Formats: sequence, C-alpha cells, structure tokens
Amino acid sequence: MMKLRLAITIGCALLLALGLLYPWSKTPIIVGLCYALAALGVSIMVRAGQVSFGHALYACVAGYGVAFVARAWPQVDGLLLLLGGTLAGTLAGAIVGLFVVRYRGIFFGMLNLAISMVVYSMLGKFYSLTGGTDGLRIDRPTLLGFTLERSGFETGLLLLTLALCVAIGWGVQRLFASGTGQALAAIKTNETRLEYLGLSARRVLWHGYVLSAALVGLSGALFAMVQGLVTPDLGSWLRSGEFVFISILGGANHAIGAFLGAIVFEAVKLIAAAYMAGVWQLLLGLTLIVVILVAPGGIVGLLRPTAATRPARQKD
Amino acid sequence: MTPDLLLLALADGISYAGLLFLVSLGLTLIFGVMGIVNVAHGALYAFGGYTAATLALWLLGVSPTTPTWVLLACMLLAALLVGTVLGGVLEVGLLRRVQDRDPVMRLLITFAAFMVLEDVQRLIWGTQPVASGEIVARLGNISLFGITYTRYQLLLMPGVALAAYLGLLYFLRRTALGKQIVAVTHHREMASALGINARRIGLLTFIVGAVLGALGGALASPTTSLVPGVGTDMIVLSFSVVATAGLGQITGALIASLMIGIARSIAVYTVPELEVAVPYLIMVAVLLVRPNGLFTVAQARTI
Repeated sequence: MMKLRLAITIGCALLLALGLLYPWSKTPIIVGLCYALAALGVSIMVRAGQVSFGHALYACVAGYGVAFVARAWPQVDGLLLLLGGTLAGTLAGAIVGLFVVRYRGIFFGMLNLAISMVVYSMLGKFYSLTGGTDGLRIDRPTLLGFTLERSGFETGLLLLTLALCVAIGWGVQRLFASGTGQALAAIKTNETRLEYLGLSARRVLWHGYVLSAALVGLSGALFAMVQGLVTPDLGSWLRSGEFVFISILGGANHAIGAFLGAIVFEAVKLIAAAYMAGVWQLLLGLTLIVVILVAPGGIVGLLRPTAATRPARQKD
Repeated sequence: MTPDLLLLALADGISYAGLLFLVSLGLTLIFGVMGIVNVAHGALYAFGGYTAATLALWLLGVSPTTPTWVLLACMLLAALLVGTVLGGVLEVGLLRRVQDRDPVMRLLITFAAFMVLEDVQRLIWGTQPVASGEIVARLGNISLFGITYTRYQLLLMPGVALAAYLGLLYFLRRTALGKQIVAVTHHREMASALGINARRIGLLTFIVGAVLGALGGALASPTTSLVPGVGTDMIVLSFSVVATAGLGQITGALIASLMIGIARSIAVYTVPELEVAVPYLIMVAVLLVRPNGLFTVAQARTI
C-alpha cells in the first residue's frame, strides 16, 4: 500500500515536472490522462465481465455538451463547463443503460456499438446543429475565474486533471473493494448466485454503467476543453475500442491499471509517431496480442499477481 | 417518393445487400462454429478488395483486351488467395491459442489483429484511392421497368451472393465435411467424441468464412474506390446484420442483409441524413424486442 502511494506520488510529480519543463508535452499528458479516465470507466464494466464497444459515445456527448454550453453562455467558467459536459454524458449513460443492462457478452458489446454508431453518424450529418464532421470550436474559457493565456490554461488544466485522476482512481479502487464492487464482479463470476443473494443484477450493472459513463463523460469533457474542439470522431467505435484496449492492457483488477495502460498506450503512440510514422496501429495491435497471450491480467496482473486476484477471487 | 425512385432504391438496396450478405455470411459462419466474433473480418474484406483491384489493374496494364471472364476469375482468385493465406495465418497463429478464453478476450484478439492488418494494408497499398471500374463498364447496363442500372451491380453482385448462399447450404447439408461442421456447431465436445477433428473443422470454417469476406471485398472493388478505412465501415455494418439476424443464423443473415440494404438505400433517397444510422437503428429496434436477434431459436438461459 505504501509502495503504491509512493509510486503514485512520484508518477504525478514526474508528469507535472515533464509538463512544466517541456510545455509542448502538456497537451499529450492531459490527453493521455483523459484516455486513462475513460479506460477506468470501461474497466468498471470489464470487471462485471461486460465489454462495451460504444463507450466513446459518452465522451462524445460530454464533449458536445461542453461546446453547446460554451456557445449558449460564453462567460461560463471552465469548471462549470466540465461539470455540464460530464452531467450530459452521465445522463446519456443512465438512459442508454436502462436498455443495455438487459444484455450480456457479445450482445452487450454490439448494442453499445450500434447506439454509439447511430449518434456518431447523426453528428456528422446534422451540419447546422453540430458543425458536421468539422465539429464545433470551443473558445478558451476562464478557469476558476481567471482569464488565462494558452500556456497558463494548459497548466491549470493539467493540475486539475491530475487531481481528478488521483481522486477518482482512489474512489474507484474503494468501490472495487466495496460491497457494490463485489456485486459487480459477481455478475462476471456467477450472476445466478448474485440474484439468490437478493440483489438485482440489472440494477447493480446499471449503477456500474452510469458510473462508467460518468467517467468516460468527464474524460470527453476534459479532452474537448484541452483540444478546444469537439468532432464526431470523439465518438467513433475505434475510439471505444481504444478505451477497451487500454483497460485490458493495464488490467481491470486494480484502478491503477487504466493509468498504466494509458502510459504504455501513449508511449507506443509517441514512439511510433517519432520513429515509425504510420504504423502505430500495428505496434498497438501487436502489444495487445502479446498482452492477451502472455499476461491476461494486464500490466497489473504482471506487477502484483497475488494482489490482483484478492479483491475478487475468481474460479477461472 | 416516385415509383421510379423506389425502383432505383430497390436496385441499389439489392445490390448492396448482396455485398453485405457475403461479408456477414463469413462472419456468422465463423461465429456459429468457433464462437468468435471476428473483427479482423473487416481487414479480410479490405485485403480482398485491394488484391482484386491490383490484380485487375495489372492484367489490364499487361493487355487492355483481357477477356471479361479472366477479370471475373481473378476476383475469385484474389478472394481465395487472401482468405486462405490470411485466414489460415489468423486461425493457426492467433485464434487457436485463445480458444478456451472467454469470448470477450477472443473478440479483442481479433480486434488487435484488425489494427495490425489495417496498417499492413496501408503499408502495401498506401493511402491513395485504388479503383478498377473496367469490369463494370465491360458488362454494360440493363434497363428494367424504365430504370437503367449496371449489370454488374444488379445481376452479378446479388447473383454471386445467392450462389454463395445456396452453395454453402448444399455444402453444410449434403457433404460429409459440411455435416461435420454442423456437428461441431451443435456440440464441440460431442463431435470430438464421435471422431471429428474439431481443430481441423475450425481451421476449415475460418478459411471458408475468410474467403467469403474477401470475396465481398473483391466484388465491391470495381464499384467503390478503395481507401484506408473501407474495412472498418464494412465490419460494423456486417455486425449489425449478423446481430439483427441472430448470431450464427445463415438464412437469417440473408433476410437481415436484404432488410438493412434496402432500408438503407430508401433512406438515401428520402432522408439522406439517416443513411448511415439506419442499419444500427434497425439493429437496436430488433434487439430491444428480440434480445438474441430475429431468427434465433429458443435457447437455454445462459445467465
């Protein structure tokens, strides 16, 4: 536990130092953390044995939520924009969740995919409302009341994102260990027994789903703010696939997995961009294949093989 | 919508449905036997298309008067080549190793393979559009009830799809090998106990499915220009067909392809904004009412 805390502190300090020393790296770091948050959201579902290939939908809804609020009330502070976007994503998740929690396995994944594809394609088509595939620009808002230049805004956003990541990572890990988290894991291991305990599997899954949509939504809102732009691509199924990818890569047994996965993901992307332009997908794909074949528990499973299985002892 | 437009939409829809069906057929066959939703199927489609286009362009470059039947045969050849080589490599190299993992992991490994193949395809063929429309022009047009349409799209594409459907049904029901496939679909362990080599059947099925996917790509290549990402679009669309029909349903996939193909092309003429969304709207609507797809027979409760 102590070692973990130390590692997290060092990790945050390193990211912060990197961001301040090399200002160009602030945006990639924030984007990477956004990916981590979204993957953490997906991990909640993975824990219940369900993989959604449509969660980018909630990032997308949140991003457009930010853009619409910023258009309607240009003076609104950045924090409120984040809140508004996240709420939009959460609400979308709550509604869609009502339907999709009835499904399991492949059909759960497919239905999520289909719903996200509907929204994705609509966003590209209704040009007057959404700006089509060009998306919507988001002017730089004030942050906590301060009007900031680009560099200061990015630093502020970096600090905010880091703080949010630590808090949410801690919260999700607590959730995994809590009764609700155990019930969620029980959907994967034995849903019938869960129902015998008097818990509604659908309700448990719905709670998890709304929470995961909220996290993905927050990541989408942050992403839209740091880019100053939101496009339908934020909700494409390939993006959803990347979230799942990071979650599996890092391992869904511990909240830290999503962050480790995102670091590897971004690193592979950066290395590929620098040295082997155009083959980053190939490298990522190979990484995923190796992880699935060699380390099914992800990076977390490799690091702490005993602890990883502790929160939910599984038969398989 | 005027009757003329409706006919045109129907023709569009049927030709598109043929394509969709070929790809979905491979997907659903692989799922039925191996329980794998093969995301890499999109890459097989793209590779089939690119290979066929490259072959056709090369043949026409060598001799512009290459007979039409040679061009057609080279499409089939491209599909067989891509399906056998890529399909074989995927099955033996990857899928076999994850056979006893949970379905989600198996799906993810095909997703990873898809990512790799997308880049390989970009490395081989670049990002410039590749088009080989010669054969469409060669086959000429046909006039039907006052509308003019290319023979290639209205006759050849649905024809090949129908032939593949009937051929597959014959293969599965009448031949010893096909019956073995059906047996493995029903109960893998039982089939093994009866002396069927389930591994070999798995490889065979995967290759047949892969050839069908590649054939879809090869057939599509003369009517579309191939760009990176064609596989992506096709795979999600054929997912929706397969899920609407019910996983593993062959005849269901035929009906669902027609439904989705025609609905999509009617949308193109009436509400173009909905064009891309229509297949998914149909899928969502069907799954909400029938959670396992339209044509799935009742199964024991799995959860």
